Amino acid sequence: MALYSEKVMDHFKNPRNVGKMEDADGIGEVGNAKCGDIMKVYLKIEDGIITDAKFNTFGCGSAIATSSMATEMIKGKSVEEALTLSNKAVVEALDGLPAHKIHCSVLAEEAVKAAIRDYYDKNGIEYDRELFCDGDCAHCHAHDEEAL
Amino acid sequence: MFVYADNAATTKMSATAQKVFIEAMERAWGNPSSLHSTGQQAKEALEEARARIASLLGADSPREIYFTSGGSESDNQAICSAAFYGAKKGKRHIVSTAFEHHAVLHTLMRLEKEGFEITLLDVHENGIVTAQQVREAIRPDTALVTVMYANNEIGTVQPIREIGAVCREAGVLFHTDAVQAVCHIPVNVKEDNVDMLSLSAHKFHGPKGVGVLYAKRGTLLTNLIEGGAQERGKRAGTENLPAILSMAAVMEEELGGMDSAAAAILPKRDRLIDGLSAIPHSRLNGDRVSRVPGTVNFCFEGIEGESLLLMLDEEGIQASSGSACTSGSLDPSHVLLALGLPHEVAHGSLRLSISEDTTDEQIDHILRVVPEVVAFLRNISPVWEALETGARPHLL
Repeated sequence: MALYSEKVMDHFKNPRNVGKMEDADGIGEVGNAKCGDIMKVYLKIEDGIITDAKFNTFGCGSAIATSSMATEMIKGKSVEEALTLSNKAVVEALDGLPAHKIHCSVLAEEAVKAAIRDYYDKNGIEYDRELFCDGDCAHCHAHDEEAL
Repeated sequence: MFVYADNAATTKMSATAQKVFIEAMERAWGNPSSLHSTGQQAKEALEEARARIASLLGADSPREIYFTSGGSESDNQAICSAAFYGAKKGKRHIVSTAFEHHAVLHTLMRLEKEGFEITLLDVHENGIVTAQQVREAIRPDTALVTVMYANNEIGTVQPIREIGAVCREAGVLFHTDAVQAVCHIPVNVKEDNVDMLSLSAHKFHGPKGVGVLYAKRGTLLTNLIEGGAQERGKRAGTENLPAILSMAAVMEEELGGMDSAAAAILPKRDRLIDGLSAIPHSRLNGDRVSRVPGTVNFCFEGIEGESLLLMLDEEGIQASSGSACTSGSLDPSHVLLALGLPHEVAHGSLRLSISEDTTDEQIDHILRVVPEVVAFLRNISPVWEALETGARPHLL
């Protein structure tokens, strides 16, 4: 199906890092079932480095592919580096997404950030709240939602 | 294995339809409006097709058949005509249902902006509207009742004959979008008490881009397309003759074989229904009995329809989540929402529409693959996890 790039289809058909993590250091869940997308990201963090990442996603093909790609991109990175992951970088790594699916990449970025925030909260680490999603999509202009 | 299970979106042109189409390009390429013999030859073929279709639909006269570009145009013209002439008599109210095709719903929404009042009837959990509901909705200022014959997403058949009788009794114009019904179940404009009917050839193995608006004698029509005397002045543009001749031929063939085709399809459809119902937390959408032979529509809790379709496509199964016309939209199906399904359930829909060409082996393949794919997607779904751990209540 030419709707998606080969890379998207590969990450959709063979998603990397699928599953639950029982001993996660941070868990983030974003989206809602009513809108048709939920992503849940689990992180294992040791000495400030993300040593493992897993995800579960309810959603369309691109929602699954962006979750898979985003978790791949942050594994082995420091928490600070992972926080800089943008939806645009995920879209580029997937060789693009159709315009009406760009929001899936935003969800992937936010799921990673939500998991990191959970890690910060659990460990009493101070952080800048501005960096994180407050769930108010209508007033957030933090993402590049133009199709690439 | 390759399985085309999206016949409600479109069908493959039959051998007859293709043959007649190609022959028409050789034999009847003239402009039917030309006075010379090449033109008149085309005109003769055109009128012969019109007469055949009139007779196949049970119409009184070929003059009641208007060739259009298909179902959407026919729907638009029927509704706009009734609205235009209704308004002249101070009638600015239209009755329809919540789960019509968008060709109807969007036309009604436009009229609403222009000051018409639209009543959309509830279609209940079984996907069927009743004649009694129509009777209760009709008012002295009702210009039109428009109810689809069979729903395009879930396949449920509406009691058109009874609704038509109610409209006749009340003296209100009645239009039906019969795009999913013609050549699949018996349709007869006279017996069904309809004043206007839309049909589209590509839904019954005919060519795309051609359809019919039936308008009973005396039903006033306005034009959507101006510019010529074709179609008795009601639809300008040189007639799409190869498509029209092909449509007439395939309609005759399909209607001749309709009963035997239905007999072949029904057991396969019922196997699909029984097999897919065995998947836990699934739901057949729409009444099990009152439906067109080939269409089934299911919801599977905890998964999303598009990912299901893509996975099925990888396994050679071509289906849809609802209407092909709305596949670019992120919203769940308006049809499933009209049945009262919650958004999160409506997102997980699958429409399989089979034809007489579908084999038992293909049904086996569908019944083997769909449960596997549903299980795979549920396994990676946080919604399913929440359902299974009790964090979220099961709705199906």
